[in-house]
Amino acid sequence: MVKLKVNGTDRSYDGDPSMPLLWYLRDELRLTGTKFGCGMSLCGACTVHKDGKPVRACITAMSTLSGAEITTIEGLGASGLHPVQKAWIKINVPQCGYCQSGQMMTAAALLATNTKPNDADIDAAMSGNICRCGTYQRVRAAIKSAAEELA
Amino acid sequence: MSAIGNSAIENVSRRGFLKGVVSAGAFVLCVRALPEQLHAAGLPGNARIDHSTLHPGVYLGIESDGTVYIVAHRSEMGTTSRTSVPMILADELDADWKRVKLEQAIGDERYGSQNTDGSHSIREFYEPMRQAGATARMMLTQAAAGKWNVPVSECAADLHTIVHKPTKRRLGYGELASAAAKLPVPKVEDLKFKPKSAWRYIGKGAPSYDLADVVTGKAIYGMDARMDNMVYAAIERPPVLGGKVKSFDDKEALKVAGVSQTVSIDPFQGPWGFQPLGGVAVIAKNTWSAFQGRKSLRVEWDNGPNASYDSDRYKQQMQETVRKPCKAVRNVGDVDAAFAKGGKIIEAEYYVPHLAHAAMEPLVAVADFRDGKVTAWAPTQNPQAVQETVAKAVGISKEDVICHVTLLGGGFGRKSKPDYVAEAAILSKKLGRPVKVVWTREDDIRFDFYHSVAAMYMKAAVDGKGTPTAWLQRSVFPSIMSMGDPALKYGSDLELSLGWTDVPFNVPSLRVENGEALSQVRIGWLRSVSNIYHAFAVQTFADELAHAAGRDPLEYMLELIGPPRIVDMTNVQNPNYGASYDTYPNDTGRLRNVLQIAAEKSGWGKRKMGNGSGMGIAVHRSFLTYVANVVEVQIDDAGKLHIPRVETVVDAGLITNPEAARSQFEGAAVFGTSIALSGSITASNGAIVQSNFDSYPVARMREAPVHTNVHLVESDAPPAGVGEPGVPPFIPALCNAIFAATGKRIRELPINKPKLA
Repeated sequence: MVKLKVNGTDRSYDGDPSMPLLWYLRDELRLTGTKFGCGMSLCGACTVHKDGKPVRACITAMSTLSGAEITTIEGLGASGLHPVQKAWIKINVPQCGYCQSGQMMTAAALLATNTKPNDADIDAAMSGNICRCGTYQRVRAAIKSAAEELA
Repeated sequence: MSAIGNSAIENVSRRGFLKGVVSAGAFVLCVRALPEQLHAAGLPGNARIDHSTLHPGVYLGIESDGTVYIVAHRSEMGTTSRTSVPMILADELDADWKRVKLEQAIGDERYGSQNTDGSHSIREFYEPMRQAGATARMMLTQAAAGKWNVPVSECAADLHTIVHKPTKRRLGYGELASAAAKLPVPKVEDLKFKPKSAWRYIGKGAPSYDLADVVTGKAIYGMDARMDNMVYAAIERPPVLGGKVKSFDDKEALKVAGVSQTVSIDPFQGPWGFQPLGGVAVIAKNTWSAFQGRKSLRVEWDNGPNASYDSDRYKQQMQETVRKPCKAVRNVGDVDAAFAKGGKIIEAEYYVPHLAHAAMEPLVAVADFRDGKVTAWAPTQNPQAVQETVAKAVGISKEDVICHVTLLGGGFGRKSKPDYVAEAAILSKKLGRPVKVVWTREDDIRFDFYHSVAAMYMKAAVDGKGTPTAWLQRSVFPSIMSMGDPALKYGSDLELSLGWTDVPFNVPSLRVENGEALSQVRIGWLRSVSNIYHAFAVQTFADELAHAAGRDPLEYMLELIGPPRIVDMTNVQNPNYGASYDTYPNDTGRLRNVLQIAAEKSGWGKRKMGNGSGMGIAVHRSFLTYVANVVEVQIDDAGKLHIPRVETVVDAGLITNPEAARSQFEGAAVFGTSIALSGSITASNGAIVQSNFDSYPVARMREAPVHTNVHLVESDAPPAGVGEPGVPPFIPALCNAIFAATGKRIRELPINKPKLA
C-alpha cells in the first residue's frame, strides 16, 4: 500500500508497485493533463512535481512514492492560474498543445528555484522537453514573462 | 425553408440539425461545401466528391440567448484550423467571437473534405464560410426590419445586434433568431459582404478556441478519450512490411497482472493502403499492464519479401538510377543540344533519408463495435477516411461508422492514415466491448508511413558569367501512391509537382526527370511532402552555382528566377495543389519579392560575417505560398551548430489569423532543423532501426533557432497555405549558411554525421 497526495488529495495505491505514476494518474485517477510521449524520460511530456521538484512520471514507479506530494497540471493553478499558465496564454505559446503541460510544469519548477533565469538557464532546464510543433521561442518568452510577474 | 435558386445555403431551423446542441426554435443554417477541386484528389482516403450533388456542410445555429454555434469540421492539430475557419464565418456574421461556441464535427462526407491536410483549410473554406456568415447576417437584418416595420436599408449589423440607424434601436441576434428562422434564404449572388475595413477577425486573428483548456490540462486529445467498460490494447506488429505471424506464445504475457487475453489481428490483404499491419494484441485493464504483457509475448514472424530492404543498399541503387537518364517529366527548349554546345559543366548529387512524423501524441484510438455499428474517438486528420477504413476492416458500411474527432497532439500527415483506428474497431468486434489501442513511441516510429527517401542529381552548363544555359534535374523516390499499388515505380504527377516540375527558373533549356524506385516500407505524406527533398536539391544547387561563379547568391538567385512572370506550365502535368492555375499561378514576381524582403530584413550583404558564422538564403513556393528564408549560423570550435537568427518572409495571400500563421512559420524552422540536423529513418533486413527519441532525435530548445522573425506580406491575393510551406526553404537556407560559415557543402541529410568544425 502506497500512500501519497495528488494535488492535495490523499490517495492510497495497492496495485503493481512497478507501475509508473503516469499510468496511475491517467488510467486510475483520470487526470489526463499529464501526457504520455515516450515512456523513457526522453521527451518531458509527462513532467509533474514530486515534492515540488520536476520528475518524469513515465519512469517514476509507484513503489517510490510513499509519502510523496504530487502536483500535476490540474493542480498547478489550484488557486487561480499559475503565473506560468497566464504567461502561456499571454504569449500564445501552444500549437497542438500536447507537450505543454510538461513544458509548463518544468518551467514552473525552474522559476521556483530561479526567479530570473537567463537564456542559458532556460535552455538547460527546458531541453528535456520536446515540442514537435516548435514552440520553443514562445516557451522561452513566456518563461521570461512569468518571471517578471513573479518578481 | 428550402433552398432558393442555386443557393448553397439552406435554412434548416425546423429540421432538427444540431439537435442536442441548440434548442428548438433556434435559427440554424446549413451550408453546402462545394470545393472547386479537392486537394490532392486521387490520394487514397480522399473522398471524391460528386460536384453535381448538394452537400450540406457546415452548420450554424443561433440560440435565443444569442449564443452562436458553429460546427468546426476541420481537425485541430496545432494550426488553428478549428478556430480560424469558423472565425471567418463569425466575422461576416458580425458576431461577437466571445459568444461563439464551436461544435466539433463527426466524420461525414456531406461536410465536403474534412481531410485536414495539404494546408488548405482556409483556402478551400474561406468563401463558403463568408457566404454562410453573410447569409445569416442578412436574414437577421431582414428579421429586425420586419419587427420594426422599417426598410431593410435602414438596418445594419453591429456586433451581435441589428441596429436601426435612424432611431438607434437595437435588437440582439438571440432576440431575432426565431424570426430569422422563418425567412427564405437570399441567393448567393445577392449576398452583400462586409468591406475589408469592417472586418473584425479576418486579418486580425484570435488565439485558439482551446487555449484555456490546453494550459489547464483539461483539453481532450485522443490519448485522453475513454469509454465506459473499455479495455486497453497494445499490439505487437510485424517488424517487416507484409510480414505475418508464424506462431506465438502468450504464456508469460498472460501471467502479467492485469492482462486478460491476447487476440490476433490479420495481416492486410492486397495493397496495404490504410489497413492495419496485423499482429498480436495484448488486452489488459490499463495501459501499463498491456505494455508489460506485450513485452512478455513471444512471436515468430514470417517476414516475407520486404525483409530484403536495407537502407544502405537501397541508397546505392537510387544513386545508380539517378546518374542515368530517367523519364522526362518536363522539357523546356532542347537540353541535350544545349549541353552539346559545351560550356562549363557543374554537377551535384543530393540525398534525403526517410523521415518519421513523430508527433508528440503517439497514435491512439478508442472504438466500440456494437449492433453492427462502430463508434470511434480518435485524433484524426481525416474522419471520413476513418469511416471508410474502419468500415472495410469490420465489414460494415461507412455510414455505420461514427467517428468523433478529438484534439490531435500533432499530426504532420500521419494522422490522416487511420490504420490505428481500424485496429481498435477490429479488436472491439472480437471482444464485444470498447477497446483503446495505445501505440508506444517505439510503435509510432517503427510503424509509420515514412516520408520518402530521395536521391537527386543536378547538372548545369554555365556561360562565362556562370549563368546556366542548360539545366537538368533528376529525382528518384519511392512513391506515396505505392500504398494503393505496390508495383508502382515512378513518382506521381502530384509528388513531382511539389517543387520539381514547377521549378521557376528562367533557363532557356531545362529538363526535369524522374527515375524508378519500388517501395519496401509504407510511404506517406509528411508536412511539406516532396517539397522537402526537391527544394533541398534545387536551392542548394543554385547556391553552389552562385559560389562557382563567384557571385552573390541573392543576386544570382534573382537572375535565375528571372523577370516577374507566370511560370509557363504548358504541356506539364500541373496539379497545382488542387487549385486552379488561373487563380493561383506560380508568380515569379511574388517569389522575387519575398526573397528581396528577406535579404533586406537580414541585412544580407551588409553585415560582416566570418569567424565561424555565415548566412544562407533560399526561396520556395509550396502550397501556393511564397516563402524566403535567411538563416544565420554560428559554428563553435567544437563543431557545434547554433542558429541565432532566422528571417522568414511569407506571401500567403490573404491571411486570416496572422498570429497563428507566425506560429506556424516559427515552428516550421524548428521542424526543418530536426530534418536537417538529425532526421533519419533506416531499415535493416526490412525492419526499421530507430525507435524512440534517443535513436530518432528531434530538435530541442538548445538546438532550435533562437529568434525566428516572421514577416507576413500584406496581400489581397486569394488565401493560400501556412501549415507546410515554411519547412522546404528553411533546410537549404540552413545548409547554404553552413557553407558560408565553413566552406562545407551539405549534399546529404542529416547534417549531424560529419562534424562541422
